Amino acid sequence: MSATDIHDPNRRDFLYVATGMAAVVGAGAVAWPFIDQMRPDASTLALASVEVDVSSLQPGSSLIVKWRGKPVVVRNRTEKEMKDGEAVNLADLKDPIARNANLPSDAPATDANRTTPGKEAWMVMVQVCTHLGCIPLGQEGDFGGWFCPCHGSQYDTAGRIRKGPAPENMAIPVFKFISDTKILIG
Amino acid sequence: MSEGHSTYTPKTGIERWFDARMPLPRLIYDSFVAYPVPRNLNYMWTFGGILSIMLVSQILTGIVLAMHYTSDTNLAFDSVEKIMRDVNSGWLLRYLHSNGASFFFVAVYIHIFRGLFYGSYKAPRELLWILGCIIYLLMMATGFMGYVLPWGQMSFWGATVITGFFSAIPLVGNWIQELLLGGFAVDNPTLNRFFALHYLLPFMIAGVVVLHIWALHVVGQSNPTGIEVKSKTDTVAFTPYATIKDAFGMIVFLFFFAYFVFYLPNYLGHPDNYTVANPLKTPAHIVPEWYFLPFYAILRAITFNIGPINSKLGGVLCMFGAIAMLFLVPWLDTSKVRSAVYRPWYKLFFWLFVADAILLGWLGSQPAEGAYVFMAQMATLFYFAFFLIVMPVLGLIETPRRLPNSITEAVLEKNKGGSGHPAGATAAPETKG
Repeated sequence: MSATDIHDPNRRDFLYVATGMAAVVGAGAVAWPFIDQMRPDASTLALASVEVDVSSLQPGSSLIVKWRGKPVVVRNRTEKEMKDGEAVNLADLKDPIARNANLPSDAPATDANRTTPGKEAWMVMVQVCTHLGCIPLGQEGDFGGWFCPCHGSQYDTAGRIRKGPAPENMAIPVFKFISDTKILIG
Repeated sequence: MSEGHSTYTPKTGIERWFDARMPLPRLIYDSFVAYPVPRNLNYMWTFGGILSIMLVSQILTGIVLAMHYTSDTNLAFDSVEKIMRDVNSGWLLRYLHSNGASFFFVAVYIHIFRGLFYGSYKAPRELLWILGCIIYLLMMATGFMGYVLPWGQMSFWGATVITGFFSAIPLVGNWIQELLLGGFAVDNPTLNRFFALHYLLPFMIAGVVVLHIWALHVVGQSNPTGIEVKSKTDTVAFTPYATIKDAFGMIVFLFFFAYFVFYLPNYLGHPDNYTVANPLKTPAHIVPEWYFLPFYAILRAITFNIGPINSKLGGVLCMFGAIAMLFLVPWLDTSKVRSAVYRPWYKLFFWLFVADAILLGWLGSQPAEGAYVFMAQMATLFYFAFFLIVMPVLGLIETPRRLPNSITEAVLEKNKGGSGHPAGATAAPETKG
């Protein structure tokens, strides 16, 4: 054996390595479609945007629309709720980032950054707890915002996490006012 | 015990014909008839057999339920109600299946605690123990996915919360969660794949059970003294001794099972699951099935960030860590003595651990508020301390009681202090000299 081992790589070595590589690449190519089929399919991805008429919303009322299978709350906040949101010291926040898909990813979580310019009364937010995905109840809890009944997370009037196990502020989806009474989400 | 040569002698022509070609009758004879078992096994050792019949029962009832069930979000809930009302004996099959899952877990928890008490995981039974842990994991996955199928409120929100665990993983978490769900939220693709996997996993469990029994038959059964079998007088034949004892254990167990199926069929379920799933409304109080409650309490106990790990990831890590502890038990326990019978301190901590597990289960069923959170944090601390501190340290500092020299000696010693029957006068073979 040792006499032949010191030879330069020969035809057999080349075939051995080439066969092994082909087997690895082949196994990967076969495995991928099996994993790929589990990802969200075309019909799921197609439900990417919805239009909402908010003309009927008085201050202090909200409505919920379904977007990508999740509830999005549109809330016309009261004066008090806005004041409470603005009064919060950023240092008191568990998650100091706005989590607003319309802003840069490092924008601070001020009340203004949680809404859209000129429409500060309006919260448009994916009403899904960032802990494990339950739907928090509106206008409940210690901070007058949202309270998640599953594991006790509490959010303020701007949907920012203040207490409990949730790690992040509730997400603000991509949205814009296409008129004074219509919002396009997604 | 594996070293014993086969004592099977084919008697008829057919048996000889088979034995020369594929010795299946020999395998069955050697495994379930002549197989030597320690003579001192108590009723805690009947749960292996009980678990086997529960698996068979779940597979049989599950297959017939699948013939009437529809895994479409618009039809699933109604198809389950149709099973309950229209399908002949459908109510019985479904109650057997749903309560069967609970009793499967009752049996597996007794089986696991028996292993922890008698040190059944110690060398050379580490692999046997780990195969058991894998079966337990597969059971949890199967139980979870099965609970989603009726598409009630608890099904939907349980699935949302549990798949939400994966979103806690840094960087790739959301991608993995979408991969599991087949969408951005629990929906039709999720229900379909859970149904397919719920049908597949029991057969994988059956496969691992075969490996579990194979490993068991190589190293032999442990026993209440924890002393290895040394001579032929330490054992009795599997048939009739163990078969009859197992059969009696099964009948008593099935008696309790039947009581629940016929008199308390919904006691272990949740009324909320008789409300059809609504993706826009979370029930006021989400609770998993009772067999997940201790782990659920651990998940919710972590309400604070630990350095760079946020509370959500911390909770998920602790929950999976609580199960991972079981896999490490063979190496965490440093004691040379197997059985808690001879370990006074370990025995005390074992029962404290049982109490802690029950306390965690109760806390998991309570809302995550106020004093419950603090109690869950303390109980979680004790849970991990039992594995990571008590097990390694006790083995080093504890003075065990004197061990008998053999199983036979232990049995005779016990018998001496007993009823005063002269040895040999009783019919019980396990107490005969």
